[in-house]
Amino acid sequence: MNINIIKPNKENLNTFVGIGSFFVLLGFIDFFANTFLDLNFTGFLPDTLSYFMPVILGVLGLHLIRIEFSGNRTLDKINTNFNSSNFNAILSLLVIFTLIKFIPSLLNWFIFDADFSGNTKQDCTSGGACWVFVKVWLNRFVYGMYPDAEQWRINSAFFLLFALVGTSFFSPSKYKKYFLLILLFIYPIIGFKLISGGDFGLKFVETGAWGGLSLTFIVSAFALILCFPVGMILALGRRSSLPAVRYTSIGFIELWRGVPLITVLFMSAVMFPMFLPDGTYVDKLIRVLIAITLFEAAYMAEVIRGGLQALPKGQYEAAKSLGMGYWRMHLLIVLPQALKLVIPGIANTFLALVKDTPLIFVVGLLELAGMVNLAKTNPEWLGMAMEGYVFAGLVFWVICYAMSRYSQNLEKKLSTER
Amino acid sequence: MIFKNFKLDLNNKSKDLIPQIITVLFIILLIVYFTINAQNNMGNRGISFGFGFLSQESSFDIAFSLIDYDGSYSYARAFLVGLLNTILVSAIGIFFATILGVTVGISRLSQNYLISKSAEWYVEIFRNIPLILQIFFWYFAALRALPLTIDSINFYDISFLNVKGWYVPRFIWTNFSLFFYSIITAIILVFFVSKYSRKQRDEYGKQIPTFYISLGILFGLPLLTFLIGGVTLTFKIPELTQLSKTIYVYQGGVTIIPELISLALALSMYTATFIAENVRAGIIGVNKGQKEAAASIGLTKAQILKLVVMPQALRIIIPPTTNQYLNLTKNSSLAAAIAYPDIVLVFAGTALMQTGRAIEIISITMLTYLSLSLSISVFMNWYNKKMAIKEK
Repeated sequence: MNINIIKPNKENLNTFVGIGSFFVLLGFIDFFANTFLDLNFTGFLPDTLSYFMPVILGVLGLHLIRIEFSGNRTLDKINTNFNSSNFNAILSLLVIFTLIKFIPSLLNWFIFDADFSGNTKQDCTSGGACWVFVKVWLNRFVYGMYPDAEQWRINSAFFLLFALVGTSFFSPSKYKKYFLLILLFIYPIIGFKLISGGDFGLKFVETGAWGGLSLTFIVSAFALILCFPVGMILALGRRSSLPAVRYTSIGFIELWRGVPLITVLFMSAVMFPMFLPDGTYVDKLIRVLIAITLFEAAYMAEVIRGGLQALPKGQYEAAKSLGMGYWRMHLLIVLPQALKLVIPGIANTFLALVKDTPLIFVVGLLELAGMVNLAKTNPEWLGMAMEGYVFAGLVFWVICYAMSRYSQNLEKKLSTER
Repeated sequence: MIFKNFKLDLNNKSKDLIPQIITVLFIILLIVYFTINAQNNMGNRGISFGFGFLSQESSFDIAFSLIDYDGSYSYARAFLVGLLNTILVSAIGIFFATILGVTVGISRLSQNYLISKSAEWYVEIFRNIPLILQIFFWYFAALRALPLTIDSINFYDISFLNVKGWYVPRFIWTNFSLFFYSIITAIILVFFVSKYSRKQRDEYGKQIPTFYISLGILFGLPLLTFLIGGVTLTFKIPELTQLSKTIYVYQGGVTIIPELISLALALSMYTATFIAENVRAGIIGVNKGQKEAAASIGLTKAQILKLVVMPQALRIIIPPTTNQYLNLTKNSSLAAAIAYPDIVLVFAGTALMQTGRAIEIISITMLTYLSLSLSISVFMNWYNKKMAIKEK
């Protein structure tokens, strides 16, 4: 092979690096001329060859500068990270060229050609993204059809939540459990009452009007709080020595884990009312919350079971030798340790839960993705699907990415602790 | 007082029994309560429980079907159409998710900084956006941006892509069954050849080039049917025809509807991120000493990968990946959101609306998914047992 004859070596380093960089430069010039200036210097060659000329030139150049232990730190770094073999060189060049080719047009669509000012679709004239759409609909995307005048109630409910979490975080550990109890048992009732209203002079807002991002948070928060005790009981049941309890738990867990959430939601919408006495009406949102809770509880049970199994047997035996009964042993000794072991798993379940919330559209509840769906079919805003989904995707991505990062950190921290 | 001395004597046996009896009683009561209510409700609406409706005429159309179907077929047939569509999109999704996932997973371990970073960002981006949003994005935003029928994107004049779907050539076989049987025979033959060659290697130390022989059989036998069996294959390329002044359609080929494309795209790109993480974990999980030991006894790089690294990595990779396949199959039910006629849309949607038989239809749908899940997990357990390290 011709290329292998010219074996780059350390003796004439400068010559090789000079020629190599020149070839790489040529490749890049050819590429830029092709992409941005519509010039084709290599038009005299066959089409395919001309198309791949930048890569060919670049690989030739990179081959020439691939000198091991050259003594030049920058060169060594480039060689180990981007240019360890011809195959790697091709891949690096392809990635660089693709990025250069697509990032400018993406950025143009996103920012430089996008429209931010105005109030109607007609204000979007520059050809990029029409963020006016998101701006106009932002209130709906966050609060759904909740009446404008009452939105302070949602805000204050979330503010209360953050305040509670914040104070419990900074309070002395002696009081932390009380805050936890308030969060788990009293706050849900206060929050629900605050948002739904009906008492204390607050106007009643039916759950059909709830929506947008706030509904995503409401559904995921309630489902998480509720699925926790259910999952715990199921996990204990699955490890129980009593056959009837064990097989019931196994059956329950495997049933929910075996079916998709969407069928469970369908069930809550059309099948569940059939099982209730005639004339009973259970609110749509409550039905959805029950369905999601049971569904997630099955997954939570498996996560918690993992923690129970990972706990050394000595802990059980020690608790029993102190004369503790089943419940005291589990509540005081086993569960606190087991739950700490599976915090990352719980975080992952929560992440999956947040990603599953858009599915509630099947029963007619519209959270963020559902609101985007609704907004894009508005006759005045047709053709805005791209902007809407990109916006919704970004919001979800930020939430989920932050959560997954947090759970990864937690995992690292916990694994080093042990 | 007599009662003062009365103490409920709970020996160990009955102590265990009481919670169990309570559980069983609770479940029975719940079922009885639900059944009575359901009977009352159905009585009020004048319907009775039963699966007889399955044989009734369905009288609705399905946009995309792998088998013959129209409104005159029964509900059971509609169920089958939905099931086949679910299996189709799951199979396509699994195929591409595996390819993409393995590629990305290996890329994440690449020494090349750019490659590993791009793979990492691919995983981070697509894993953290809800699948339903991705499906919406592909269906309502990306695929709607494709050109109209008249200026379709042309792939070498045999396949066309436009906003109505992707038109590919139709395969027209004669004597297809012969071809099919020849492939089956070839697979069976390959199985015996590999068994024979293993025996030869183990007992006499002879190396037989199994790979090339298998390849020869796999391609040779079907080829033979073309040459002497009278099997022919022709392609019918989709052609642009003008229906009226402004309406153009492609006729003659196979249409892959945009619902299927966007669903398969979203499912495979989403699931690929999880498979990539599994693959990465599997390869990292193989002890470095294994590779060094293999190299020290003189195996080549390809042999190390094939004989030492991969068998051990697969043991880590396969169980969670099967789980992801299962998730993909379950996630394909999101098809209902974009009106791809899968089992949920056809059966739990349209058929339920028409018949009003909520309990029967939802139970059948859930049971179908449940049996799919259970059969895959049975397979997984069998495979795990087979692959588990046999310690001597």
